[in-house]
Amino acid sequence: MSEEPVISEELQGLLNVEFGPEVYEVEKGMVKRFAEAIGDPNPLWRELAPPTFPTALVPTELLHKMVTARSPLKRLLNGGNELEYFQPIRVGDVISVTARLERLRKMEGKEGTTLFMVVAITYKNERGELVAKGRNTFVRY
Amino acid sequence: MAGQVYYEDIETGSELPALVKLPTTMQLVKYAGASGDYYQIHYDKDFALASGLPGVIVHGWLALSFLGQMITDWMGGKGALVKLSGSYKGMNLVGEEIFCYGKVAKKYVEDGRRLVRLEMWAENPRGGKTVTGTAVVALPSRQSA
Repeated sequence: MSEEPVISEELQGLLNVEFGPEVYEVEKGMVKRFAEAIGDPNPLWRELAPPTFPTALVPTELLHKMVTARSPLKRLLNGGNELEYFQPIRVGDVISVTARLERLRKMEGKEGTTLFMVVAITYKNERGELVAKGRNTFVRY
Repeated sequence: MAGQVYYEDIETGSELPALVKLPTTMQLVKYAGASGDYYQIHYDKDFALASGLPGVIVHGWLALSFLGQMITDWMGGKGALVKLSGSYKGMNLVGEEIFCYGKVAKKYVEDGRRLVRLEMWAENPRGGKTVTGTAVVALPSRQSA
């Protein structure tokens, strides 16, 4: 039996394919719960979304395919996150989220074989204006 | 929260007021619900241990949110966050304090905006850096205040 590849055809097939848009209405309660969950009492977060709020606007289709793709590497961690902001996300905005797996990189590290998967995400509002860009690195090991 | 900070007030090396957080399992569950990240390593101890982790660990995004709070508290309502990024270097265990620190790495004017690049990091109680990151903030000027 041949060894299962770290980068399966299924995973390779996701590379550079745009998923979405998935559309989220930014409800007041959603922002309030997020601010409470991160424990940030800043009154600005009654109308504006806190900086890390875009993580709650999940590109579920791509992420689901990435985590369920067959792999001999069973463990998964968040390696890093980047956000760039073009305008604030406000309560009432309708945000369209598109996501693309932009890089797969296999490395040999102290935990054995490690696979870095980098996802680029774009967030646009209901007027089609760019509000934020994100880049998230997932680590399988 | 302190008063508004202006571009002219700060210099390279200026330190931000530190922020200390103590995330509980309840906070991690609330964060899971609010963010949609239900990965069990963040609330199910048996699952976390079976995954080879030392226990339930704090979401990287939650630790980054604490660093974000430190920055937005500091920059005030007239500051604008331009970039925020964090790399996860170690684990924050639930029930342990997270110490958030930041300092000014650079101040510069670009496209008419007064920008400040911050270096920031989070530490566990043993002094290990668990998150390292940077942020870019646009600050108001006293000249146009």
